[in-house]
Amino acid sequence: MKYEIIVVGGGHAGCEAALASARLGHKTLLVTSNIKNIADMPCNPSIGGPAKGIVVREIDALGGEMGRNADKGALQTKMLNTKKGPAVQALRFQADKITYPKEMLKTLEATNNLEIKEAMVEKLAVNNKKVTGVELEDGEKIESDAVILTTGTYLKAVVLAGSSRKSSGPHGEKESKFLSDNLKKLGFTIKRLKTGTPQRIDKNTIDYSKTQEEKGDDIPRTFSFDNIVYKEPKDQISCHLIYTTPKTHEIIKEHLNESSMYGGYVEGVGPRYCPSIEDKVVRFSDKERHQLFLEPESLYYDDIYIQGFSTSMPNEIQDLMVHSLPGLEKAKILKYGYAIEYDAIDSKQLKRSLETKIIENLYTAGQINGTSGYEEAAGQGLIAGINAALKLEGKDPLILKRNESYIGVLIDDLVTKGVKDPYRLLTSRAEYRLLLRNDNADLRLRDYGYQVGLIPEEKYQAFKKKKENIKELTTLLQNTRITPKKETNEYIEKIPSTPLKDGISLYDFLKRPEITIENIKHFVNINYKEELEQVEINAKYEGYIKKAKKEADKMLALEEKKIPEDIDYEKVPNLASEARQKLAEIKPTTIGQASRISGVNPADISILMVYLRRNG
Amino acid sequence: MNDTIVAISTALGVGAISIVRLSGTEAIEVVNNCFKGKDLTKVKSHTINYGHIVDQDEIIDEVLVSIMKAPRTYTAEDVVEINCHGGIISTKRILETILTHGARLAEPGEFTKRAFLNGRIDLVKSEAVMDIIDSKSEEANKLALSQLSGSTSNMIKKFREKLKQLLASIEVNIDYPEYYDIEVVTKEQISKAISEMKKELEKVIKESKNSTLIKEGIKTVIVGRPNVGKSSILNKLLEQEKAIVTDIAGTTRDIVEGEIYLDGILLNIIDTAGIRSTDDIVEKIGVEKSLSMIDDADLVIVVLNNNEKLTKEDEEIIDKTKDKQRIIVINKNDLEKKLDISKSNLKNIVETNANRVEGIKALKEKIIELFQLETIKSKDYTYLTNARQISLAKQAYQSLIEAELGINNDLPIDMVEIDLKNTFEYLGEIIGETYSEEILDHLFANFCVGK
Repeated sequence: MKYEIIVVGGGHAGCEAALASARLGHKTLLVTSNIKNIADMPCNPSIGGPAKGIVVREIDALGGEMGRNADKGALQTKMLNTKKGPAVQALRFQADKITYPKEMLKTLEATNNLEIKEAMVEKLAVNNKKVTGVELEDGEKIESDAVILTTGTYLKAVVLAGSSRKSSGPHGEKESKFLSDNLKKLGFTIKRLKTGTPQRIDKNTIDYSKTQEEKGDDIPRTFSFDNIVYKEPKDQISCHLIYTTPKTHEIIKEHLNESSMYGGYVEGVGPRYCPSIEDKVVRFSDKERHQLFLEPESLYYDDIYIQGFSTSMPNEIQDLMVHSLPGLEKAKILKYGYAIEYDAIDSKQLKRSLETKIIENLYTAGQINGTSGYEEAAGQGLIAGINAALKLEGKDPLILKRNESYIGVLIDDLVTKGVKDPYRLLTSRAEYRLLLRNDNADLRLRDYGYQVGLIPEEKYQAFKKKKENIKELTTLLQNTRITPKKETNEYIEKIPSTPLKDGISLYDFLKRPEITIENIKHFVNINYKEELEQVEINAKYEGYIKKAKKEADKMLALEEKKIPEDIDYEKVPNLASEARQKLAEIKPTTIGQASRISGVNPADISILMVYLRRNG
Repeated sequence: MNDTIVAISTALGVGAISIVRLSGTEAIEVVNNCFKGKDLTKVKSHTINYGHIVDQDEIIDEVLVSIMKAPRTYTAEDVVEINCHGGIISTKRILETILTHGARLAEPGEFTKRAFLNGRIDLVKSEAVMDIIDSKSEEANKLALSQLSGSTSNMIKKFREKLKQLLASIEVNIDYPEYYDIEVVTKEQISKAISEMKKELEKVIKESKNSTLIKEGIKTVIVGRPNVGKSSILNKLLEQEKAIVTDIAGTTRDIVEGEIYLDGILLNIIDTAGIRSTDDIVEKIGVEKSLSMIDDADLVIVVLNNNEKLTKEDEEIIDKTKDKQRIIVINKNDLEKKLDISKSNLKNIVETNANRVEGIKALKEKIIELFQLETIKSKDYTYLTNARQISLAKQAYQSLIEAELGINNDLPIDMVEIDLKNTFEYLGEIIGETYSEEILDHLFANFCVGK
């Protein structure tokens, strides 16, 4: 049996990769070790958050699945950072851990050109530095033109709790024993990373009177630009906030050396932004308490996830720790927390298309590349799926730029800087985040989705209409003037705002911080909905947006200067030796990318540019 | 790399004319923003345009500006050349003004490098260019660093440390919005931090200007009505008979220059013709010259006669010099006091007479005090030494002002942060540290967040 594209792994990266490839008309096989774990959420029951939520919007704009699927599985929806500015607002959903995977599986099964197979891949078939398929544990060989590896935390996975080390994937699933050795043999640098997850407790054993309720937003929200609301705000369920107690900290300090981490049982490098509760108590010993969220996992079972309590303590200590928390004195632990170690490859061995530099037509996406998070995985999966398909069609890859998307920032960081600890997207990683907003993901990326072929004609026409409406509304506001008439100023003073002295266009009036589009509606009839936000942001932050665009243009000019793939840095005279070595390792494709490599300084870039010009 | 670069392309201080040259996509726009005359963005390519370079409203120099649009130029980019009057001070001021309007100082050989990269120079010529770039660009950073005194870079580092903490606190609030235990940075806190930094940075910029004065000398002009004793004061300062001193009003018709070192600091002293209404043509020219010298001076010494009543001409001189660094010398205090200046509300007054030394000593002390010359000399004095650094400091300062404006206009924290980050980066450029993951590192090390 021969396929065009094989995707290995059915997590968030694998699902997006397989869907993109199949939807683009390529015969695709998704190989997973357990079909029940397709699109599983092994850690927190939520999707989105700062930066990550914007990634989900970007996935939707490009024609990926995560946004729509999260809308279907929503338990609670919330817009974060509403008071901190338009660029950092982001959606965060609590998502049902039963509904989300179920709906994703439904979508996969309903997709043409896509087959799912339950099996464990043991090695890659490679011929002349080009991948030709995969070989399964039982010896079966499946041929393909391209392979996308999205193995998550399964490569040589070891689950740790206290001194116990058990070879296993999440939830006691079978780990992949041999694939990472195979990758090492093929020339990949293998890294060891670590992450962890907290306990799940029975919701019926929690005394909620000792907790503080955390509700979702009152207005319906969706990730997808389809704007279909599956769960009205009134039907949403709440999370609950509690704090650790002095007793909790005492227990942790007393038993610190029994944890896998402090007992020295962990080899992998853990994420800095996701410290375990042990880490928090040790590193921030001056803090009297740490906050924890009790988050429901599903409507269909009783598990409550304790966000903020990730640990690798032995089970009996975890009992003591949980019972020291307010409201959880009698809580029943359904699953204990654990740390998990796994193999990943060095992401610097990837091109910006996510194809590996070593083996042609081999792509990797998600935690195997050293990232963490469902959204980061899905974003990469989508890009790997699209680019594998484009490669087979003989087309140029889709490479998103840093001023266009968080996905572009993520991939550029991965391949240019590499990772030391599992990589999480943060808004501060984006230089041009004012351009990368939650509200404008479609304006940034839908054209690409359409060109690639993932956005159907009908949706694209609706999008074009929206763009026209924005232009129309902007012109309308620019051309409508208000003058200091008595009734006008009376209204303005009531808002309250400073009364007019001269005539002013509504567009300029909207620039006043205290004026909202609702105030504008007082003067002119407006029927648009989605477009209002765009126009308001454009008007209010015009100066800042212009500044950001100017900065981005500088970067883009450098991105246009290409570096040939076959350049021999040994032949470039006068490069600093550190720069020479880094450039040879990372093989940047543009001067812009080269300038972002740490250790390559402006003088080296000058020398490189002169060299290219002389030899070009 | 087509950001806009600028440099003085003639040898400094020699020749009657200097040329300041720009190249890059915004070259025309940048000059236009500090040019009074035609709208340069609308003139034809390869034209010469008359006008003035201005810093806000102040005219710096009368110039001819050549506009040459890409691609038929030396660098194949838009090129602007400003022909201005030679002389270190005004040329440098033009350069500084251009720098604050968004151009950056060119690296050694950069115009030629661009010409080469854009295909304007052939291979043979480029060999020579390569040598320049290879040797100089690597040194550039080191050089800039070695020019900074330890205390200056320490101070910049201190600012950046403060900003880093502030930025990390803002970032953590954005990336971890639901951590209620992490203190949310308030606008008041940011405001306070900004105004503190502004104050210190302003001081550095001002002192840096004084440091340029150390190197190039303080241009000191002595003015007053005829025969109030200007020349004798100059002579006392110079301790040599350079100006002709007589009792006949109007003897000094030329502008006399002399140099003195005041505790190691150079003063360029200029005596002027006495200012009075006159019909004598030679004298008239001298008077006009005197008035124009006042505009150029770093320090004006106004001399009044103790023995005469305050005249209209005195009042005019006092009025003309009111915005300058100024010392009022009341000369001839050994004669009967007829002068009454109590109504004029003057500061920095020194009394003297040509026959005694004490008054001159007091005058010297006053000059030292006004320019903080003692601070300049002492070791812990912090200042920036070149136009690049001063311009970066000014841009950092400007970003602080914009951040403050954002806060006052109640803009969201995300917008305010953009300007704070710019400040952080400009300061980093001064000491050769570019933005990396410093803020993130600080964030993870100092805030307790995670799942």
